[in-house]
Amino acid sequence: MSTEPLVRWDWLAANLGPIAGRIEQHLYLTVIAVAIGFAISFFLAAVSIRRRRLYPLVVVLSTAVYTIPSFALFVVLIAVSGPSVLSAEIPLVMYTIVLFVPNIVAGFDAVPWDVVDAADGMGYTAGQRWWQVELPLALPLVVASIRLATVSTIGLVTVTAVLGDSLGGLGYYILDGYHRHFTTEVLVGGLLSIVLAVLADLGLVLLQRLLTPWTAAREAAR
Amino acid sequence: MQTDPVTTARAGRPRAASLEFRAVSKRYGSGSGTPVAGTPGAVNNLSFEVPAGAICVLVGPSGCGKTTSLKMVNRLIEPSAGQILLDGVDVQTEDVTALRRRIGYVIQQVGLFPHLTVGRNVAVVPALVGWPKDRQRARSDELLTLVGLDPERYRDRYPAQLSGGERQRVGVARALAADPPLMLMDEPFAAVDPIAREGLQDEFLRLQSELAKTILFVTHDVDEAIKMGDLIAVMEEGGRLAQFGAPDEILAHPASDFVARFVGADRGLKRLSLRTVADLKVEPAGRGDGLPTFAPATKLRDALSILLVADTRGGIALDEAGRPRGLVTVDQIASALADERPAAATRP
Repeated sequence: MSTEPLVRWDWLAANLGPIAGRIEQHLYLTVIAVAIGFAISFFLAAVSIRRRRLYPLVVVLSTAVYTIPSFALFVVLIAVSGPSVLSAEIPLVMYTIVLFVPNIVAGFDAVPWDVVDAADGMGYTAGQRWWQVELPLALPLVVASIRLATVSTIGLVTVTAVLGDSLGGLGYYILDGYHRHFTTEVLVGGLLSIVLAVLADLGLVLLQRLLTPWTAAREAAR
Repeated sequence: MQTDPVTTARAGRPRAASLEFRAVSKRYGSGSGTPVAGTPGAVNNLSFEVPAGAICVLVGPSGCGKTTSLKMVNRLIEPSAGQILLDGVDVQTEDVTALRRRIGYVIQQVGLFPHLTVGRNVAVVPALVGWPKDRQRARSDELLTLVGLDPERYRDRYPAQLSGGERQRVGVARALAADPPLMLMDEPFAAVDPIAREGLQDEFLRLQSELAKTILFVTHDVDEAIKMGDLIAVMEEGGRLAQFGAPDEILAHPASDFVARFVGADRGLKRLSLRTVADLKVEPAGRGDGLPTFAPATKLRDALSILLVADTRGGIALDEAGRPRGLVTVDQIASALADERPAAATRP
């Protein structure tokens, strides 16, 4: 064991294809979870904004879900829906909701009332006001919540490896390396998922800059 | 909707609408029945008429219903009773979106869209009503120039990169974009510092002398009301109209103790600020070496102050060319208030 190097480069070189496949699966599981989670959360946020009294309930429920240990939830779901993508996505989606909803609500709350008043006074219809004024102004916090949920989900996808070898994305290597006491695999799985998270975050920052060029002007003016 | 206000005004056909409040009330709280006494923002049986092209100022203490009254014109608030007529047509009968698009709207916080450039902010209503892009851009440049902002320098900036005064000008330009026959202005200059405010007021009056829009203007500041208004509606708590008339009439003949207190004990001096040295008949005099001199546009209030500070009984009025026109004395200034215009103060 003592002669074993920290990283077996030959293993790495021999497994480039499967590693790429795992990266692809990791991204696939992440994108599905973030997309579905966002859609559900946007709906819940919209309801919370219209019916303010429901908002505390939405927050309490989504926080309660977040307190369930992910490992336990995945294991329970194997019994319900087997080692399937569905078993992976249900918890992943549920965990994004608590990250999305408060930020989306805060984003729309942050739209200045005088801007809304001016839009109404100038004859925006409700739909035009929403698409052309409220949504663009809520966008900085909405995109921030997408960043948060994406980074968090990329981390959680590794845990889906407990569902079986066919899942887990890069988490497969972490679990497999752990079982086999093979450090190279653990490092590859762990480090690449970190790299993935950082790159996704950078990409989303860039997207936000492109979508909301005016925020840069606002920060420069401060 | 698509004519240029500057050229129409010059052609002597200013686009402006008459405005009439006919027994307008707004009740809050208990719904039907009598108005809830003392509810802030309530309006009680408000009636007045503003001819096309005039500035009418709604003035009064906070909670007197002046902003409510303004917002009932473009139906951001719906009245509980009464009618508001724009060029004789009840605004309730019109499509609310179309109505708002042909009424300019300027508010204290300006409400510029932070995510749009200055140029696109100004062209917001033209964009809503579907003008082609190049026409929007041309219109926006034209209006920025009109309010004294160089389009080259300002059109691509964001509102966050402007000073308070610049933002307010963009707000006025935006409200003028679709050449509205009526402008609603709710404390438009209250958020800027006093010096900038004075400049904005002067510029706006100069602009208005060309555009001749009908304007409903809300302020809590009596001095601003006197300066800006062709007509003033003084409102009191409970949303009642305390007095309606020209500034000088209200200052000369306050209709009630409330109005007298509201316009202030210095209402005589305020009347002097409505008159200039050019309005005075002067006594022929010599060169008057050493005496203070007054340009024709000097307000009588300022002239009086200068005479008091200089500790002299008289000064020299100059004509437009700067030549001495005659002697101005403290007594003459005082008597300027005595030649009454016909008193027409109305008491509702």
